[in-house]
Amino acid sequence: MPIQPRHERTPRLNPSATRSALRIVHASGRASEAQQRTWPERNHRRWNNPRFRAILLQTIVVAIVCAFFALVAMQTASNLRTRSIASGFHFLGRAAGFEISPGPLPYSSRDSYARALAVGLGNTLRVSLLGILLATALGLLIGVARLSKIWVISTLASAYVEIVRNTPLLLQLLFWYSLSQVLPSPAHALRPLPGIFLCVRGLFVPSLTWDGGLLWIGAALLAFMILMLFVLIRSRRRREQMGQGLPTTRLLVGLATVLLSAALLIGHPRITAERPALMGFNFHGGMSISPEFAALLIGLSTYTAAFIGETIRGGMLAIDRGQTEAAAALGLSRVKILRLVVLPQAIRVIVPPTTSQFLNLTKNSSLAVAIGYPDLISITNTTLNQTGQAIEAIALAMFVYLALSLAISLAMSLYEGRSVPLQPARCNP
Amino acid sequence: MTTAASSFVRTLRRAPMFRDRTNTIATVAFVAGLLYWSFRFLNWAVVNAIWALPQDAGSNLCRVAQREGACWAAIHERFRFILLGSYPFDQQWRPTVACLLFISLYAVSTLRSFWRPWLLALWIGVPGAAVLLLRGGFLGLSGVPSEFWGGLPLTFVLSTVGFSAAFPLGVALALGRLSRLPAIRVLCVAYIEVIRGVPIVTFLFMAAVMFPLFMPQSFTVDKLLRAQIAFVMVIAAYLAEVIRAGLQAVPKGQYEAAASMGLTFWPTTILITLPQALRITIPGLVNTFISIFKDTSLVAVIGLFDLLGTAKAVLVDPKWIGFAVEVYFFVACVYFVFSFAVSQYSQYLERMLTARTLH
Repeated sequence: MPIQPRHERTPRLNPSATRSALRIVHASGRASEAQQRTWPERNHRRWNNPRFRAILLQTIVVAIVCAFFALVAMQTASNLRTRSIASGFHFLGRAAGFEISPGPLPYSSRDSYARALAVGLGNTLRVSLLGILLATALGLLIGVARLSKIWVISTLASAYVEIVRNTPLLLQLLFWYSLSQVLPSPAHALRPLPGIFLCVRGLFVPSLTWDGGLLWIGAALLAFMILMLFVLIRSRRRREQMGQGLPTTRLLVGLATVLLSAALLIGHPRITAERPALMGFNFHGGMSISPEFAALLIGLSTYTAAFIGETIRGGMLAIDRGQTEAAAALGLSRVKILRLVVLPQAIRVIVPPTTSQFLNLTKNSSLAVAIGYPDLISITNTTLNQTGQAIEAIALAMFVYLALSLAISLAMSLYEGRSVPLQPARCNP
Repeated sequence: MTTAASSFVRTLRRAPMFRDRTNTIATVAFVAGLLYWSFRFLNWAVVNAIWALPQDAGSNLCRVAQREGACWAAIHERFRFILLGSYPFDQQWRPTVACLLFISLYAVSTLRSFWRPWLLALWIGVPGAAVLLLRGGFLGLSGVPSEFWGGLPLTFVLSTVGFSAAFPLGVALALGRLSRLPAIRVLCVAYIEVIRGVPIVTFLFMAAVMFPLFMPQSFTVDKLLRAQIAFVMVIAAYLAEVIRAGLQAVPKGQYEAAASMGLTFWPTTILITLPQALRITIPGLVNTFISIFKDTSLVAVIGLFDLLGTAKAVLVDPKWIGFAVEVYFFVACVYFVFSFAVSQYSQYLERMLTARTLH
């Protein structure tokens, strides 16, 4: 009886190697002997057929997963029936009946749960967007500071990074929030600047009310955008033709000043400042930032900035020293070296991990629930406690977060696709 | 004398903080600022601080001096509660021993000569022993239900048991994600991406609120175990990504060599690629462990008393309301000591491993 070639038992990984191995076997003519097998052997060979085994294995796994979900679903359905909880999303239309501290979206306790959740989502988006902006700015600062030639600055930056990265974010949020709680009561509010009040209820600043002239401002903005496009295109064309573009920054700043002052002169808007005033136990009027929002924003952005700073530092370090030296040899200034040589290359290394930091910040904003800021998760929590619709509420929140994550990844991959052409042309193709 | 002084000055001038004029100016300015701030900080934290209050006295003494000095009396009085939770007082040697067990497990794991397969067994055995010790109910140890566990041992249990239990699951998910079988790959990718795209708090709420709905009603699982399961599910997804990176970093020649030896998938994985992949991913695994260690603090949100939960509980006590800065500072120091040590170790490891591969 011929020895069955071991290569018949195909390794799963790396099909190309297997195929080439089989080809060698076929070439040596031993494969023809396999045709003379008796049927138990042929049956045995079926188990050795990788395609057959693959299909079998996948069927079994999918069946187990489906069975698991079916079991859980059946059990849940029966549990819900015994507890007489009606499933479904009908609860979204009912009046929520709880108050939410005022935010960007108008809301009152008579509004529906759907509206309450939308307000929560709006708050999540607001704090995440602002947090991303602040964290990027602070992260850039820290990344550059860690690379500074001045020992004190780089040491301070690395101390900051180590302290922030090695303590839990939740603890930091609670710490910032507790700091806001030792502020004085509204009656004894701090007044760092006239018209600005800082107290345990938050920060109150005068708000500007804009009356009339909006149309002219809008028109000026539109005109500015069109002109900006025009200037940029002209500048690029000129650079391609003559090697030097237009002084775009100066031109655009001048244009903006002229257009804005023209709009203000023609439109003649009345700008009135509304100052916050103490009425009863709290301030009214003006703009306010609640301590919860401030603590969340500060906590999230300082925490994420440490991680972004490390990413930016890594990206800058990844650029070969020769690039900087070559640019210096060409006589570029230090700012130009950074702007034209180092950053365009570093950005490709920096963007992917920074994206995941943006995602982390958005997800971490759910910790708002611990300090009482009405974000999506904390309103979901209130909703499920009031209605008992735990599954629907949590599924909804998960869905929204998944959609947000996908949106951020998509936006960033689009950006990455755009930033790839920025890579310098290779000398030797 | 003069030579000693001048050599000291020379060493100082060569130090990075006095390398050139900019550095010197910055250092001097910084030292001046540091002196001022450390003077103010020490005034608050040491000189004017109140370290202990007389027995049965209220915290009024602290409240009067709150602006000027720290009230470490809060820590002094609730030290045991913050670190060990509401574990029965006369049995508190047990959580202490459990903590020591965990710390020695971490210490042993840092030694390269212990990087043997049995280290994995140790990571199952030691947390198991610690949990049994906390639980009691055998050998004359009184049984202590998990509602009474708290503080540092709970943080250790959640992170270490979570890591150990999630590890095989993470390996399986990583292999599944790299599998050629489409159904398995899709399932693994879906699991990993859904978990990584959603905040961990959501899964904790799920564990606290939804989990009982999924189970038969006769079947009750205590809250700690539910949180632990949620953590295992989450950690597995994060570990899977780390391990996948390691599997992909194993040189292709290793897979091909194994295939040409006639090894099938499982022998290839278990004998050739997985051991190499795990060795590559050790720094990544350590970093994941640090973030898990910090993230276990989220259980405070669903009302479990881990290290942060006990701190929050102290601050709800009317006697200590308003002393959040002191209590959080203390807890932050505890977290910092552990994760800073581990992160320094991980950086050392990364340097060492890259140095080794370069040769």
